[in-house]
Amino acid sequence: MTIQDEQLPDISTGLLALIVRDVSLAVKRPGDVLNPLFFFAMVAALFPLVIGPGTEQLQSIGPGVLWVAALLATLLSLNSLFLSDHEDGSLEQMLVSPVPLAALALGKSAAHWLSSGLPLVLVSPVIAMTYQLSLSVTGVLMLTLLLGTISLSLLGSVGAALTVGLHRGTALLSLLILPLAMPVLIFGARTVSLVAAGDGVAGGLYFLGAYVLLMLSIAPFATAAALRISNE
Amino acid sequence: MQLSADHLTLYRGQRCLFKGLGFALNPGELLLLEGSNGSGKTSLLRAIAGLLELESGTVRWNGTPLLRERQSFQNSMVWMSHKPGLKGDLTLVENLRYEAALRLQAEVEFATVLKQLGLNRLTRLPVRSLSAGQQRRVALARLLLSSATVWMMDEPTANLDAEGRDLVVKIVGQHLAKGGMAIVAAHQDFDLDAPVKRIRLQ
Repeated sequence: MTIQDEQLPDISTGLLALIVRDVSLAVKRPGDVLNPLFFFAMVAALFPLVIGPGTEQLQSIGPGVLWVAALLATLLSLNSLFLSDHEDGSLEQMLVSPVPLAALALGKSAAHWLSSGLPLVLVSPVIAMTYQLSLSVTGVLMLTLLLGTISLSLLGSVGAALTVGLHRGTALLSLLILPLAMPVLIFGARTVSLVAAGDGVAGGLYFLGAYVLLMLSIAPFATAAALRISNE
Repeated sequence: MQLSADHLTLYRGQRCLFKGLGFALNPGELLLLEGSNGSGKTSLLRAIAGLLELESGTVRWNGTPLLRERQSFQNSMVWMSHKPGLKGDLTLVENLRYEAALRLQAEVEFATVLKQLGLNRLTRLPVRSLSAGQQRRVALARLLLSSATVWMMDEPTANLDAEGRDLVVKIVGQHLAKGGMAIVAAHQDFDLDAPVKRIRLQ
Protein backbone atom coordinates (compact mmCIF):
# COMPACT_ATOMS: atom_id res chain seq x y z
CA MET A 1 0.00 0.00 0.00
CA THR A 2 1.41 3.38 -0.91
CA ILE A 3 0.32 6.86 -0.18
CA GLN A 4 0.07 8.92 -3.34
CA ASP A 5 2.81 11.39 -3.99
CA GLU A 6 1.65 14.90 -4.72
CA GLN A 7 3.53 17.69 -6.39
CA LEU A 8 1.96 20.27 -4.13
CA PRO A 9 -0.51 19.93 -1.31
CA ASP A 10 -3.65 20.67 -3.26
CA ILE A 11 -6.17 22.83 -1.40
CA SER A 12 -9.19 20.87 -2.57
CA THR A 13 -7.51 17.53 -1.76
CA GLY A 14 -6.78 18.69 1.78
CA LEU A 15 -10.29 20.06 2.23
CA LEU A 16 -11.85 16.89 0.89
CA ALA A 17 -9.64 14.63 3.04
CA LEU A 18 -10.72 16.58 6.12
CA ILE A 19 -14.41 16.26 5.21
CA VAL A 20 -14.01 12.53 4.59
CA ARG A 21 -12.17 12.12 7.90
CA ASP A 22 -14.76 14.02 9.93
CA VAL A 23 -17.75 12.37 8.31
CA SER A 24 -16.28 8.89 8.80
CA LEU A 25 -15.59 9.80 12.43
CA ALA A 26 -19.24 10.86 12.78
CA VAL A 27 -20.33 7.55 11.26
CA LYS A 28 -18.10 5.62 13.69
CA ARG A 29 -19.43 7.53 16.68
CA PRO A 30 -23.10 8.07 15.81
CA GLY A 31 -23.90 9.26 19.34
CA ASP A 32 -22.40 12.68 18.72
CA VAL A 33 -24.59 13.13 15.66
CA LEU A 34 -27.75 11.62 17.08
CA ASN A 35 -27.80 13.60 20.34
CA PRO A 36 -28.62 16.99 18.78
CA LEU A 37 -30.98 15.29 16.35
CA PHE A 38 -32.92 13.66 19.19
CA PHE A 39 -32.99 16.99 20.98
CA PHE A 40 -34.50 18.61 17.90
CA ALA A 41 -37.07 15.86 17.44
CA MET A 42 -38.07 15.76 21.12
CA VAL A 43 -38.49 19.49 21.62
CA ALA A 44 -40.42 19.91 18.40
CA ALA A 45 -42.56 16.82 18.90
CA LEU A 46 -43.50 17.59 22.53
CA PHE A 47 -45.20 20.92 21.78
CA PRO A 48 -48.21 19.43 19.96
CA LEU A 49 -48.75 17.04 22.87
CA VAL A 50 -48.99 19.86 25.41
CA ILE A 51 -50.86 22.35 23.29
CA GLY A 52 -53.57 20.04 22.06
CA PRO A 53 -54.82 19.00 18.67
CA GLY A 54 -56.28 22.32 17.40
CA THR A 55 -55.19 22.37 13.78
CA GLU A 56 -55.09 26.12 13.37
CA GLN A 57 -53.08 26.74 16.50
CA LEU A 58 -50.58 24.02 15.63
CA GLN A 59 -50.14 25.30 12.11
CA SER A 60 -49.52 28.82 13.34
CA ILE A 61 -46.85 27.93 15.93
CA GLY A 62 -45.31 25.03 13.96
CA PRO A 63 -42.76 26.93 11.85
CA GLY A 64 -41.53 28.98 14.81
CA VAL A 65 -41.15 26.01 17.14
CA LEU A 66 -39.39 23.90 14.50
CA TRP A 67 -36.98 26.69 13.74
CA VAL A 68 -36.16 27.46 17.38
CA ALA A 69 -35.60 23.75 18.03
CA ALA A 70 -33.34 23.52 14.97
CA LEU A 71 -31.29 26.51 16.08
CA LEU A 72 -30.83 25.17 19.62
CA ALA A 73 -29.95 21.69 18.35
CA THR A 74 -27.31 23.21 16.09
CA LEU A 75 -25.86 25.24 18.97
CA LEU A 76 -25.70 22.05 21.02
CA SER A 77 -23.64 20.30 18.35
CA LEU A 78 -21.31 23.24 17.68
CA ASN A 79 -19.59 23.02 21.03
CA SER A 80 -17.75 19.86 20.06
CA LEU A 81 -16.72 21.09 16.59
CA PHE A 82 -13.04 21.68 17.42
CA LEU A 83 -12.96 20.08 20.86
CA SER A 84 -11.61 16.64 20.04
CA ASP A 85 -9.19 18.07 17.47
CA HIS A 86 -7.90 20.40 20.16
CA GLU A 87 -7.51 17.64 22.71
CA ASP A 88 -5.72 15.09 20.54
CA GLY A 89 -3.42 17.58 18.83
CA SER A 90 -4.79 17.28 15.30
CA LEU A 91 -5.82 20.95 15.44
CA GLU A 92 -2.15 21.85 15.93
CA GLN A 93 -1.30 19.75 12.90
CA MET A 94 -3.87 21.72 10.90
CA LEU A 95 -2.34 25.01 12.05
CA VAL A 96 1.11 24.01 10.79
CA SER A 97 -0.11 22.36 7.59
CA PRO A 98 0.78 24.03 4.28
CA VAL A 99 -2.89 23.81 3.26
CA PRO A 100 -4.37 27.26 4.07
CA LEU A 101 -6.12 27.20 7.43
CA ALA A 102 -9.20 28.93 6.03
CA ALA A 103 -9.69 26.03 3.61
CA LEU A 104 -9.49 23.56 6.49
CA ALA A 105 -11.93 25.70 8.48
CA LEU A 106 -14.32 25.52 5.54
CA GLY A 107 -13.85 21.76 5.53
CA LYS A 108 -14.72 21.55 9.24
CA SER A 109 -17.91 23.58 8.63
CA ALA A 110 -18.85 21.43 5.65
CA ALA A 111 -18.34 18.23 7.62
CA HIS A 112 -20.35 19.69 10.51
CA TRP A 113 -23.21 20.52 8.18
CA LEU A 114 -23.14 17.07 6.57
CA SER A 115 -23.26 15.33 9.93
CA SER A 116 -25.65 17.62 11.81
CA GLY A 117 -27.43 20.10 9.52
CA LEU A 118 -28.36 17.72 6.73
CA PRO A 119 -29.82 14.99 9.00
CA LEU A 120 -31.86 17.70 10.72
CA VAL A 121 -33.29 18.88 7.38
CA LEU A 122 -34.07 15.28 6.47
CA VAL A 123 -36.04 14.49 9.65
CA SER A 124 -37.91 17.80 9.67
CA PRO A 125 -40.79 16.62 7.43
CA VAL A 126 -41.60 13.86 9.93
CA ILE A 127 -41.81 16.40 12.74
CA ALA A 128 -43.76 18.79 10.50
CA MET A 129 -46.49 16.17 10.24
CA THR A 130 -47.24 16.49 13.94
CA TYR A 131 -48.04 20.16 13.28
CA GLN A 132 -50.31 19.18 10.39
CA LEU A 133 -48.35 21.37 8.00
CA SER A 134 -49.36 20.89 4.38
CA LEU A 135 -47.01 19.34 1.86
CA SER A 136 -46.08 22.60 0.17
CA VAL A 137 -45.41 24.33 3.50
CA THR A 138 -43.24 21.39 4.58
CA GLY A 139 -41.27 21.73 1.36
CA VAL A 140 -40.58 25.40 2.08
CA LEU A 141 -39.68 24.53 5.67
CA MET A 142 -37.07 22.07 4.43
CA LEU A 143 -35.70 24.61 2.00
CA THR A 144 -35.36 27.31 4.66
CA LEU A 145 -33.78 24.82 7.08
CA LEU A 146 -31.38 23.72 4.35
CA LEU A 147 -30.15 27.26 3.77
CA GLY A 148 -30.33 28.19 7.45
CA THR A 149 -28.32 25.26 8.75
CA ILE A 150 -25.55 25.96 6.22
CA SER A 151 -25.33 29.51 7.57
CA LEU A 152 -25.36 28.24 11.15
CA SER A 153 -22.58 25.70 10.53
CA LEU A 154 -20.39 28.41 9.01
CA LEU A 155 -21.22 31.07 11.58
CA GLY A 156 -20.96 28.56 14.41
CA SER A 157 -17.45 27.52 13.44
CA VAL A 158 -16.26 31.05 14.25
CA GLY A 159 -17.74 30.87 17.73
CA ALA A 160 -16.50 27.32 18.27
CA ALA A 161 -13.00 28.38 17.20
CA LEU A 162 -13.01 31.33 19.61
CA THR A 163 -14.11 29.23 22.57
CA VAL A 164 -12.12 26.06 21.86
CA GLY A 165 -9.45 26.67 24.49
CA LEU A 166 -11.96 27.53 27.22
CA HIS A 167 -13.51 25.13 29.66
CA ARG A 168 -17.29 25.16 29.58
CA GLY A 169 -17.37 27.53 26.65
CA THR A 170 -20.93 26.51 25.71
CA ALA A 171 -22.68 29.49 27.28
CA LEU A 172 -20.18 31.91 25.80
CA LEU A 173 -20.47 30.23 22.43
CA SER A 174 -24.25 30.67 22.46
CA LEU A 175 -23.90 34.28 23.52
CA LEU A 176 -21.49 34.97 20.66
CA ILE A 177 -23.48 33.16 18.00
CA LEU A 178 -27.11 33.94 18.86
CA PRO A 179 -27.17 37.65 17.89
CA LEU A 180 -25.73 36.85 14.48
CA ALA A 181 -28.02 33.87 14.06
CA MET A 182 -31.16 35.93 14.76
CA PRO A 183 -31.69 37.05 11.14
CA VAL A 184 -31.56 33.41 10.02
CA LEU A 185 -34.07 32.38 12.67
CA ILE A 186 -36.47 35.24 12.01
CA PHE A 187 -36.40 35.01 8.23
CA GLY A 188 -36.49 31.22 8.29
CA ALA A 189 -39.54 30.97 10.55
CA ARG A 190 -41.36 33.94 8.98
CA THR A 191 -40.92 32.64 5.44
CA VAL A 192 -42.60 29.39 6.40
CA SER A 193 -45.42 31.18 8.24
CA LEU A 194 -46.02 33.49 5.31
CA VAL A 195 -46.24 30.58 2.89
CA ALA A 196 -48.74 28.92 5.20
CA ALA A 197 -50.79 32.14 5.06
CA GLY A 198 -50.65 32.11 1.27
CA ASP A 199 -47.89 34.64 0.60
CA GLY A 200 -44.84 34.29 -1.66
CA VAL A 201 -41.58 32.63 -0.64
CA ALA A 202 -39.05 34.37 -2.87
CA GLY A 203 -38.08 37.25 -0.55
CA GLY A 204 -37.30 35.10 2.46
CA LEU A 205 -35.38 32.51 0.47
CA TYR A 206 -33.34 35.20 -1.25
CA PHE A 207 -32.38 36.62 2.11
CA LEU A 208 -31.40 33.22 3.50
CA GLY A 209 -29.40 32.51 0.34
CA ALA A 210 -27.62 35.84 0.60
CA TYR A 211 -26.77 35.10 4.23
CA VAL A 212 -25.22 31.77 3.20
CA LEU A 213 -23.04 33.57 0.64
CA LEU A 214 -22.05 36.21 3.16
CA MET A 215 -21.08 33.56 5.72
CA LEU A 216 -19.29 31.51 3.07
CA SER A 217 -17.09 34.47 2.23
CA ILE A 218 -16.35 35.61 5.78
CA ALA A 219 -16.63 32.70 8.20
CA PRO A 220 -13.70 30.49 7.05
CA PHE A 221 -11.26 33.37 7.36
CA ALA A 222 -12.65 34.48 10.71
CA THR A 223 -12.51 30.88 11.95
CA ALA A 224 -8.89 30.55 10.84
CA ALA A 225 -7.93 33.76 12.65
CA ALA A 226 -9.84 32.68 15.76
CA LEU A 227 -8.13 29.28 15.78
CA ARG A 228 -4.70 30.90 15.68
CA ILE A 229 -5.63 33.11 18.64
CA SER A 230 -7.13 30.36 20.78
CA ASN A 231 -4.17 28.07 20.20
CA GLU A 232 -1.51 30.40 21.51
CA MET B 1 18.18 26.69 2.99
CA GLN B 2 18.50 28.27 6.37
CA LEU B 3 16.32 28.73 9.40
CA SER B 4 17.48 31.56 11.59
CA ALA B 5 16.19 33.66 14.42
CA ASP B 6 17.32 36.67 16.36
CA HIS B 7 16.31 38.52 19.52
CA LEU B 8 13.56 36.08 20.41
CA THR B 9 11.83 37.19 23.59
CA LEU B 10 8.80 35.70 25.22
CA TYR B 11 7.01 36.52 28.46
CA ARG B 12 4.40 34.40 30.11
CA GLY B 13 2.53 36.76 32.40
CA GLN B 14 5.26 38.55 34.37
CA ARG B 15 7.80 35.78 33.90
CA CYS B 16 10.44 36.05 31.22
CA LEU B 17 10.89 32.64 29.55
CA PHE B 18 13.72 33.72 27.29
CA LYS B 19 15.19 36.96 26.09
CA GLY B 20 17.37 37.90 23.14
CA LEU B 21 17.74 34.33 21.86
CA GLY B 22 19.11 33.72 18.40
CA PHE B 23 20.34 30.85 16.24
CA ALA B 24 21.07 29.90 12.65
CA LEU B 25 20.41 26.40 11.43
CA ASN B 26 21.81 25.02 8.18
CA PRO B 27 21.12 21.73 6.37
CA GLY B 28 22.48 18.75 8.25
CA GLU B 29 22.42 20.50 11.62
CA LEU B 30 20.52 19.73 14.77
CA LEU B 31 19.33 22.36 17.20
CA LEU B 32 18.86 20.97 20.67
CA LEU B 33 16.67 22.90 23.12
CA GLU B 34 17.62 21.87 26.62
CA GLY B 35 16.28 22.77 29.99
CA SER B 36 14.32 21.39 32.91
CA ASN B 37 10.54 21.00 32.93
CA GLY B 38 8.76 24.32 32.66
CA SER B 39 11.82 26.17 31.38
CA GLY B 40 10.06 27.14 28.16
CA LYS B 41 11.39 24.56 25.68
CA THR B 42 7.95 23.86 24.28
CA SER B 43 7.07 27.56 24.14
CA LEU B 44 10.24 28.29 22.19
CA LEU B 45 9.53 25.44 19.81
CA ARG B 46 5.93 26.60 19.31
CA ALA B 47 7.15 30.15 18.76
CA ILE B 48 9.59 29.02 16.07
CA ALA B 49 6.82 27.00 14.42
CA GLY B 50 4.62 30.12 14.38
CA LEU B 51 2.07 28.71 16.81
CA LEU B 52 2.86 31.24 19.49
CA GLU B 53 3.28 34.96 19.06
CA LEU B 54 6.59 36.34 20.30
CA GLU B 55 7.03 39.43 22.41
CA SER B 56 9.78 40.48 20.03
CA GLY B 57 12.26 38.94 17.61
CA THR B 58 12.04 37.44 14.16
CA VAL B 59 12.25 33.91 12.86
CA ARG B 60 13.46 33.78 9.27
CA TRP B 61 13.14 31.05 6.68
CA ASN B 62 15.71 31.56 3.91
CA GLY B 63 16.11 35.11 5.10
CA THR B 64 12.43 36.08 4.91
CA PRO B 65 10.48 36.69 8.12
CA LEU B 66 8.18 33.76 8.81
CA LEU B 67 5.04 35.79 9.20
CA ARG B 68 5.34 36.75 5.53
CA GLU B 69 6.50 33.29 4.40
CA ARG B 70 4.20 31.14 6.49
CA GLN B 71 2.95 29.00 3.60
CA SER B 72 6.39 28.23 2.22
CA PHE B 73 7.84 27.47 5.64
CA GLN B 74 4.95 25.23 6.60
CA ASN B 75 5.51 23.40 3.35
CA SER B 76 9.04 22.59 4.51
CA MET B 77 8.28 21.90 8.16
CA VAL B 78 6.68 19.06 10.01
CA TRP B 79 5.65 19.25 13.62
CA MET B 80 5.63 16.58 16.30
CA SER B 81 4.24 17.76 19.60
CA HIS B 82 3.67 15.77 22.78
CA LYS B 83 0.12 15.14 21.57
CA PRO B 84 0.05 12.50 18.83
CA GLY B 85 -2.44 14.39 16.62
CA LEU B 86 -4.18 11.18 15.63
CA LYS B 87 -7.84 10.22 15.62
CA GLY B 88 -8.41 7.33 18.00
CA ASP B 89 -11.41 5.97 16.14
CA LEU B 90 -9.61 5.72 12.82
CA THR B 91 -7.01 3.16 11.87
CA LEU B 92 -3.37 3.96 11.39
CA VAL B 93 -3.74 3.88 7.60
CA GLU B 94 -6.81 6.15 7.64
CA ASN B 95 -4.94 8.60 9.87
CA LEU B 96 -1.85 8.66 7.69
CA ARG B 97 -3.87 8.91 4.49
CA TYR B 98 -5.53 12.04 5.84
CA GLU B 99 -2.12 13.39 6.82
CA ALA B 100 -0.86 12.74 3.31
CA ALA B 101 -3.44 15.17 1.94
CA LEU B 102 -2.28 17.88 4.33
CA ARG B 103 1.38 18.01 3.41
CA LEU B 104 3.81 17.05 0.67
CA GLN B 105 4.88 13.44 0.78
CA ALA B 106 8.37 12.05 0.37
CA GLU B 107 9.07 9.39 -2.21
CA VAL B 108 9.15 6.53 0.22
CA GLU B 109 7.27 3.29 0.33
CA PHE B 110 4.50 3.41 2.94
CA ALA B 111 5.09 -0.20 3.94
CA THR B 112 8.83 0.36 4.38
CA VAL B 113 8.25 3.19 6.83
CA LEU B 114 5.77 1.15 8.85
CA LYS B 115 8.19 -1.76 8.98
CA GLN B 116 11.05 0.48 10.06
CA LEU B 117 8.90 1.72 12.94
CA GLY B 118 7.63 -1.73 13.83
CA LEU B 119 4.04 -0.80 13.02
CA ASN B 120 3.36 -3.07 10.06
CA ARG B 121 1.13 -5.44 12.02
CA LEU B 122 -1.05 -2.73 13.51
CA THR B 123 -2.47 -1.15 10.35
CA ARG B 124 -6.03 -2.35 10.82
CA LEU B 125 -6.46 -1.51 14.47
CA PRO B 126 -8.04 1.76 15.56
CA VAL B 127 -5.29 4.02 16.86
CA ARG B 128 -7.14 4.21 20.21
CA SER B 129 -6.17 0.63 20.95
CA LEU B 130 -2.44 1.26 20.47
CA SER B 131 -0.22 2.02 23.45
CA ALA B 132 1.17 5.52 24.04
CA GLY B 133 4.55 4.39 22.76
CA GLN B 134 3.04 2.91 19.62
CA GLN B 135 1.07 6.13 19.00
CA ARG B 136 4.37 7.95 19.32
CA ARG B 137 5.76 5.74 16.58
CA VAL B 138 2.77 6.58 14.35
CA ALA B 139 3.56 10.25 14.90
CA LEU B 140 7.12 9.47 13.78
CA ALA B 141 5.69 7.94 10.61
CA ARG B 142 4.23 11.37 9.83
CA LEU B 143 7.77 12.79 9.76
CA LEU B 144 9.24 9.96 7.73
CA LEU B 145 6.47 10.11 5.13
CA SER B 146 6.62 13.86 4.65
CA SER B 147 9.10 15.54 2.37
CA ALA B 148 9.68 18.36 4.87
CA THR B 149 13.22 19.59 5.50
CA VAL B 150 12.73 20.89 9.02
CA TRP B 151 11.62 18.48 11.71
CA MET B 152 10.34 20.15 14.86
CA MET B 153 10.04 17.67 17.71
CA ASP B 154 8.86 18.22 21.25
CA GLU B 155 10.21 15.50 23.57
CA PRO B 156 10.30 12.89 20.79
CA THR B 157 11.52 10.15 23.12
CA ALA B 158 8.76 10.50 25.69
CA ASN B 159 6.77 7.27 26.28
CA LEU B 160 9.23 5.24 24.23
CA ASP B 161 11.23 2.21 25.36
CA ALA B 162 15.03 2.05 25.03
CA GLU B 163 14.71 0.52 21.58
CA GLY B 164 12.30 3.27 20.54
CA ARG B 165 14.65 5.99 21.81
CA ASP B 166 17.50 4.54 19.77
CA LEU B 167 15.18 4.44 16.78
CA VAL B 168 14.31 8.15 17.15
CA VAL B 169 17.98 9.10 17.39
CA LYS B 170 18.73 6.93 14.38
CA ILE B 171 16.04 8.34 12.10
CA VAL B 172 16.88 11.92 13.10
CA GLY B 173 20.50 11.11 12.25
CA GLN B 174 19.47 9.74 8.85
CA HIS B 175 17.35 12.81 8.20
CA LEU B 176 20.28 15.11 8.98
CA ALA B 177 22.60 13.02 6.82
CA LYS B 178 20.23 13.61 3.90
CA GLY B 179 20.59 17.36 4.41
CA GLY B 180 17.57 17.86 6.63
CA MET B 181 17.37 20.02 9.73
CA ALA B 182 15.88 19.22 13.10
CA ILE B 183 14.95 21.19 16.17
CA VAL B 184 14.46 18.95 19.16
CA ALA B 185 13.30 19.90 22.63
CA ALA B 186 14.57 17.28 25.04
CA HIS B 187 15.62 16.98 28.64
CA GLN B 188 17.67 13.88 27.95
CA ASP B 189 20.81 14.00 25.90
CA PHE B 190 20.56 13.17 22.25
CA ASP B 191 23.71 11.28 21.12
CA LEU B 192 24.27 12.05 17.49
CA ASP B 193 27.21 12.14 15.09
CA ALA B 194 26.01 15.38 13.59
CA PRO B 195 26.76 19.05 14.11
CA VAL B 196 24.69 19.96 17.16
CA LYS B 197 23.84 23.46 18.30
CA ARG B 198 22.49 23.87 21.76
CA ILE B 199 20.25 26.37 23.47
CA ARG B 200 19.97 25.92 27.22
CA LEU B 201 16.94 27.51 28.82
CA GLN B 202 17.00 28.41 32.50
